[in-house]
Amino acid sequence: MTESIGAWPGNAVAEATASRPAEDTLEDTALSHRLEEAARPGVMAVPPRPTGQGLVAWARWAWRTLTSMRTAVLLLLALALAAVPGSLLPQRGVAFDPGAVTRFLADNPVVGPWLDRLGFFEVYSSPWFAAIYLLLMVSMTGCVLPRAARLWQSARAEPPRAPTNLARLDDHRRATVAAEPAQILQAAASHLRARRFRVVVDDDSVRAEKGYLREAGNLVFHLSLLALLFGVAIGSLFGFEGRVIVVEGASFTNTRLQYDEFTPGPLTDAAGLSPFSVTLDDFTARFETAGPQRGSARDFQADLTVLRTPGGPAEKVTVEVNHPLQVEGTKMFLTGHGYAPVVSVIDGRGQTVFSGPVVFVPFDGNLSSEGVIKVPDGQPTQLGFEGFFLPTASVDPAAGPRSLYPDLVDPQLLLTAYTGDLGLGDGAPQSVFRLDKTDLSQVMVGDEPFARALRPGELMTLPGGQGTLTFESVSRFANFQIAHDPGKELSLVAAVALLLGLTVSLAVRRRRVWVRVSAASAGGAATVEAASYALTRREPVPGELSSLLAALPGAEPGGADASPHDRED
Amino acid sequence: MPIPNLLAELSDRLIYSAIAVYALAMLAYAYQAARRSHPVPEDAPRLEPDAAGAHAAVPDPQPPTAGGRPAIRDAAARRTERIAAALTTLAFVLHVAGVVARGLAVGRAPWGNMYEFTTAATLAATAAYLVFLRRGQPVRDLGVWVLALVTLCLGLAVTVLYTPAGDLVPALNSYWLVIHVAAAIIAGGVFTVGAAATGLYLTRRRADARDAGGQATRGYAGRLPAGATLERVAHTAHLFAFPVWTFAVLAGAIWAEDSWGRYWGWDPKETWAFITWVLYAAYLHAQSTAGWRGRKAGWLALAGYAAFWFNFVGVNLFITGLHSYAGV
Ligand code: HEM
Repeated sequence: MTESIGAWPGNAVAEATASRPAEDTLEDTALSHRLEEAARPGVMAVPPRPTGQGLVAWARWAWRTLTSMRTAVLLLLALALAAVPGSLLPQRGVAFDPGAVTRFLADNPVVGPWLDRLGFFEVYSSPWFAAIYLLLMVSMTGCVLPRAARLWQSARAEPPRAPTNLARLDDHRRATVAAEPAQILQAAASHLRARRFRVVVDDDSVRAEKGYLREAGNLVFHLSLLALLFGVAIGSLFGFEGRVIVVEGASFTNTRLQYDEFTPGPLTDAAGLSPFSVTLDDFTARFETAGPQRGSARDFQADLTVLRTPGGPAEKVTVEVNHPLQVEGTKMFLTGHGYAPVVSVIDGRGQTVFSGPVVFVPFDGNLSSEGVIKVPDGQPTQLGFEGFFLPTASVDPAAGPRSLYPDLVDPQLLLTAYTGDLGLGDGAPQSVFRLDKTDLSQVMVGDEPFARALRPGELMTLPGGQGTLTFESVSRFANFQIAHDPGKELSLVAAVALLLGLTVSLAVRRRRVWVRVSAASAGGAATVEAASYALTRREPVPGELSSLLAALPGAEPGGADASPHDRED
Repeated sequence: MPIPNLLAELSDRLIYSAIAVYALAMLAYAYQAARRSHPVPEDAPRLEPDAAGAHAAVPDPQPPTAGGRPAIRDAAARRTERIAAALTTLAFVLHVAGVVARGLAVGRAPWGNMYEFTTAATLAATAAYLVFLRRGQPVRDLGVWVLALVTLCLGLAVTVLYTPAGDLVPALNSYWLVIHVAAAIIAGGVFTVGAAATGLYLTRRRADARDAGGQATRGYAGRLPAGATLERVAHTAHLFAFPVWTFAVLAGAIWAEDSWGRYWGWDPKETWAFITWVLYAAYLHAQSTAGWRGRKAGWLALAGYAAFWFNFVGVNLFITGLHSYAGV
């Protein structure tokens, strides 16, 4: 049997029976063992090395090796191992903490750059990771498609003839039946046909096979993996992901420039984003007010006004966690929230130079937040403020300023002040959440930095007539993640097909059943032998043979006696 | 005291009682294993006639032993075995009641934090074991190991992981959570039976290789069912659990799409779910591959099981990610 890579079981047996008299098929143990090995698919782990010198022979060998079952196992193992480092090392474009890779590089100046060069900070888009899964897909296609062709052939071929020694098969039973052989065979055949076996009736026996659906399921499963990979690829080539913070009362229009962070795929049409816009009318959050989980978030809700097209009708929608807004193929998800204290600043000349909400970034579960206020229009010097916003303030001498509860019970704004040059003029991009202090000097009172805690409505006056800041009120802001994935539908269809194919291929047992009748004895009773043989690694369906024998005309109930293989205890 | 608090309290008590009865059942299984001094002649598939008069049994592939010694089962060991099974069932009933009471107390599916997940996953493991037992599968030697794991995990759950009854953070408030986690829990329960059978298979196989005649006769391994039998139990369990796990991963992806806008983002939880899945796929392939079937395949299955637990313990406690279970 040279035809053995992932050999189609039907074929293997058919070949064996064709090449030698059927009677011999299962006679000697060695042969029957080999038959089993070949008949249960994919067991030929490695193809023999080519004997010839030719390039073609070697190419054939290489292809067979690649598409062999052992290679599949090794590649799967390699894929599992290759996925591990990505979960232990910080990843670019994956992390929810974008600074993690930079920090890791700073902390590990020796190994870090090497890991970086080898792609360990982008494991899932690294060439070696791609090499493994692409090889796996090639191997799989090369393995599974030929099986499909053989499935097609064997589903139309007859089940092979019965081996001489039925007792050697997985399950075997014998019974004495008081009926004519022909009648018995007909009864057995119709019993099996009713159970959707493909049946052929010979002179003294019936052969039947069932479970082709298993291979079909297997094929569907493997090919859906390919389709799924295509879906994923389309999504990452043409889709995008972005993040934006929107304060109550403010709007966002879906153009690239308005994003705080925008990650397109290599082929994304960033100019052709779906042109919708939203206004955050109101944001509400509800927290656990009592009990041991006091302060845990319970409900967030963002009330939006949406214009699906510029100038289109305004529409009120509510976006919650797990309930995104969808505009065409683009989805907008609520992922977080926080506070934006509304302040107004009057400079040394007495002019209002800043007024509005400022986003403070939460850094713990009770929404203790930190942030900065930049006032570039201040005269005679620019002004900067830095500090904390605490929705429920407490100043712990040890832990510093902390919020005790995420809702607005006792909101306070704690600020220190700077004067000088904010460094905005040189054009270098700057974080809105940090002050560049190179050209700033801290406002002092004596030896102490000037610092104030403000409640809403309170005002602080900088020493030396440099200006005032009023904490007017508190707004909330919401974090949105906006995503567009054109491969999503394909992936979903592939996933459903994958699951169906897998379930079918694991639930259906492909098997053969043979029934043989020996000539009626003097008493008019015939000896019936029934045997089944699993073509998969699962044993034949329990009880199948006994119910077959019980269905024969003239069968005594419980008259079947099992082979030693399934004796009772 | 309001009803939910009463229910939560009741749930805690039921779980404590279940732990106590599990421990007793485990001791009974251990005692039974120690008492059984002879190799039980053939893994006696216990044939239980089903409705059609057929047999829900696993035929034994081994040829009859040379001496053809009949099955003399130690009557006392047999009685202990029945007691152990009865205790397991009792503990299971208490456990079910505990989980249900918790669900009623919190008014949602009771698997929203590590404590609840652990109680539910151990429940699934016992359920899977009992199903195998009831269907006449030769799993009684798995009993002591499955119950040891269940008792240990429940013990950790009520001490280290305990979280009082409460609502969920919004990200977990989704019916996909119910579906995704339920599938993960069921798969985990059946994987546990698969892992226990695989562990015993590997033990038995090693002992077989050591003893003359290729059949272990001495020690603990000698009293275990034949390697082929254990391997088949393991294979059956994995064949069932693998599609369920596949479903769990896919449902998780749909949930992720619903809450974060991408169905797959290589978050550590997702990554380890993927690793688990790939390892079990490798196991299933290895079972059809000459040179890998048996021992190496067994190790792959155990690696898959380890990955499953690492995803729950390691990723929650040591790696930060988006999944809200993180940090208990
Ligand atoms: C992403 C990679 C793959 C996954 C997740 C996967 C998964 C599976 C699963 C779950 C089964 C069912 C196992 C069973 O029936 O016991 C299976 C069967 C099979 N796979 Fe794959 N597979 C993959 C790649 C491959 C490759 C690369 C090959 C060929 C080299 C292959 C060939 C087969 C064959 C021949 C079977 C039938 C085995 C049997 O009947 O026992 N698969 N695969």
